[in-house]
Amino acid sequence: MNSTKKRFTEAYLGVYGLWLLAFVVAPLLLLLIQSLNVPGQGLSLANYRDFFTSGPYLAMTVNSIWYAFLITVITLGISYPLALCLTKLKHRQFWLLLVILPTWINLLLKTYAFIGLLGKDGLLNQSIEAMGFGSQQLLFTNGAFLLVAAYIELPFMVLPIYNALLDIDPLLPAASRDLGASSFQTLKKIIWPLSMPGVKTGVQTVFIPSLSLFMITRLIGGNKVITLGTAIEEHFLVTQNWSFGSTIGVVLIIAMALTMALTTDRKKKKRRQRK
Amino acid sequence: MKKLMMTFGGICLVIVALLGLQWGLTASRNQQSSGKDTLTFYNWGDYIDPSILTDFTKETGYKVNYQTFDSNEAMYTKIQQGGTNFDLAVPSDYMVAKLKDAGLLAKLDKKQLTGMNNLNPQFLNQSFDRGNQYSIPYFWGTLGILYNKKEVNGSELTNWSALWSAKYRNQVLLVDSARDILGMTLISQGKSVNDQNVADLAAAQGKLSSLMPNVKAIVGDELKLYMAQGEGSLAVTYSGEAKNAMERNPDLAYTVPEDGSNLWLDNLVIPKSAEHKQAAYALMNYLNRPDVAAKNAQYIGYATANKAAYERLPKSVQNDKAFYPKQSVLDRLQVYQNFDQHWTQLYNDAFLEFKLGKS
Repeated sequence: MNSTKKRFTEAYLGVYGLWLLAFVVAPLLLLLIQSLNVPGQGLSLANYRDFFTSGPYLAMTVNSIWYAFLITVITLGISYPLALCLTKLKHRQFWLLLVILPTWINLLLKTYAFIGLLGKDGLLNQSIEAMGFGSQQLLFTNGAFLLVAAYIELPFMVLPIYNALLDIDPLLPAASRDLGASSFQTLKKIIWPLSMPGVKTGVQTVFIPSLSLFMITRLIGGNKVITLGTAIEEHFLVTQNWSFGSTIGVVLIIAMALTMALTTDRKKKKRRQRK
Repeated sequence: MKKLMMTFGGICLVIVALLGLQWGLTASRNQQSSGKDTLTFYNWGDYIDPSILTDFTKETGYKVNYQTFDSNEAMYTKIQQGGTNFDLAVPSDYMVAKLKDAGLLAKLDKKQLTGMNNLNPQFLNQSFDRGNQYSIPYFWGTLGILYNKKEVNGSELTNWSALWSAKYRNQVLLVDSARDILGMTLISQGKSVNDQNVADLAAAQGKLSSLMPNVKAIVGDELKLYMAQGEGSLAVTYSGEAKNAMERNPDLAYTVPEDGSNLWLDNLVIPKSAEHKQAAYALMNYLNRPDVAAKNAQYIGYATANKAAYERLPKSVQNDKAFYPKQSVLDRLQVYQNFDQHWTQLYNDAFLEFKLGKS
């Protein structure tokens, strides 16, 4: 029995390993090679030098990180209380389904729906006018961009937090209350630290894709928000300078790896202090 | 270990089966399309009156396999890779030059072409293909200003610099294309859209940056949707897109500033890899016939390069100055030359810096 199980694990790992090799490791290596292979110069670091000495590209990098950070903070701010409420509800599977449902719809369709809502004569502006205020410019603003991005990322933040909260032994908060802690203290000292793994996963699944958003920056942000995703799209589709596009891709991957490493470390330290 | 081998073997089997299936399907499709009397026409989506193709088959016996692309670059890649043999394609001006330089086009045999004298000489012998050795014009259009008649007085839009006017604050939409937006800025400064002078480009970027307070958004294909919805009062876009937006919203109008603009041309070419050249020539000649070209122009709504067809169009279309500009404007239109990588990059970097200045 045990050896069959072991064999099964081996087989599974073998297949999975092959998959990883073909669809994760190989493309990343190709991307790296492409980024170093400068047309007319052979292998060189010229692209990286150009990237890190160019004002516009550094500005875009800062932009990308800043907006990804804002989107993450907004989604976390909405998702945590939402997940907390969901765990308390009677028919939680049903309510959870409602949160997940929008992910079944194509991203572009949802974005187009927002164009209709936020437009000059859109639903939102009609309501504002009905209340007696003047029509507002909503589309092509930073606020609109953050709203739509946060809406799209929301389920990816809610789910891991919800699961982490469900995993908490209900006896622990109960004990905390018995020992005289207020609800706020229980939340702060028991629930929040115990749900940390979920928050961490949520932050990563939202922050990382947010770094390279590009369709929403154009459709909702009207290219007033420029991120590295925009630059990559341009290099692959317009200038056809795949080499430089790959360089930006590699820089983004490194930035993502860095953020993951940083968030993980800080949380570990915090936990140690609490112990 | 045995199990691993079995799983691996299973996966291999599935892969072989799928490859076999794909091979079978491709072979059967090729058999269909490599029939002597079927030509593959590679065109933009909805860029021909479908009934013309049916009539063509009825008249000549050649069947047409119509395939579409959505960008010149995508078409270039597919023709270059050569998986499918296209017999007739429709690249834009600069792409004709690029295909030609890459040796992907077949030289046209003028003896097999008829109806060449139906074409408007204005659109022949262009810089991208001198003497029309590889291409003949299909439809043409311009870059111009689409505006909302309720908000903007069209008679004020006689030159590009009008866009910089302080009264259009936060009302202008721009098409997200470095070449077009820098091109119109260069024209407003009396330069060429094909300017290859670093100082001129820097000056244009400087002038463009001062347009920023007026710019509401820089968008792609969705520009026509936004204009139809009234999101902006003015937009810099192509005549074809403008036509589409105007059909959705009657308040919109289109004009080409008199200080000049870009002239774009879509052209019929025969790729070198074509296998049914006879049929391709037959379709080219058919499309050149005045009655067919006029019918096609009515369906698509773009400006036809066929003079004889133009004369058959209704007077209201002929006199539409937005799509058939008067001669003095026509004389000032410039066709894009194909830039090398270096200059494509410089234009795009300048445009990127302009966009960044906004956030």
